[in-house]
Amino acid sequence: MSATVRVPTLLRAAVGGAASIEAEGATVGEVLRRAAADHPGFGPAVFEANGSLRRFLNVFLGDEDVRYLQGLDTPVPDGAALVIIPAAAGGAGVGQPAATMGPA
Amino acid sequence: MEMPAEIQEAIVAHAAFCLPDEACGLLAAGDDGRLRMAYCLSNATPSPSAYTIDPAEHFRCLRHAEAQGWHLAGVFHSHPGGEAYPSPSDVEQALEPDWLYVVVGPAAEPGVRAFWIRGGTVAEEPLETEAALAVREGR
Repeated sequence: MSATVRVPTLLRAAVGGAASIEAEGATVGEVLRRAAADHPGFGPAVFEANGSLRRFLNVFLGDEDVRYLQGLDTPVPDGAALVIIPAAAGGAGVGQPAATMGPA
Repeated sequence: MEMPAEIQEAIVAHAAFCLPDEACGLLAAGDDGRLRMAYCLSNATPSPSAYTIDPAEHFRCLRHAEAQGWHLAGVFHSHPGGEAYPSPSDVEQALEPDWLYVVVGPAAEPGVRAFWIRGGTVAEEPLETEAALAVREGR
């Protein structure tokens, strides 16, 4: 079975600049590992050393975050599209007490 | 870059609404680079000093933006107790080199500032309202 993996800007250098790649696999993990085999820089960017998905990446299958399905073991229908979305996060950090804010 | 007044007002209002926690959301732009939408979203890690865009909301925004012919072009968040400038945490977690990073501070002026964050380097992108642009360009 083949799936399309939509690659975010962050990871495109690892796949030769492509915005999407095709990979075979019956599960999310298999698809991503096959993509990693095809593109050597992709694996370290996507997986932790223990093989889990990097915590700052979210992978959607259809409209669902695979973390709320079966994670990397989530079955992938033939022709499915996986979308990788980097987490958008940050913040002022510690030592920044709240203050009053109003419209400018 | 022009930031439509409606978008700036939405960002500032969302920041006020979310106090004392940081507010966050995403920005969409058209192919011409013009900002078209501010998505005011949930902070999945509600805190006065941190934010995380809810991933499911992020995905729905991506779908919505692309259905309009737009693309996600940036993220905004507030620093209720800090300045409108990217913190070390913001810089460390800036993963989208093509995104505009907008920070809302507690002060009225300048309350909203925008930055490019690439490779750990912060560069401010001056924001102008449509009215200010019209004056400057003699329209």
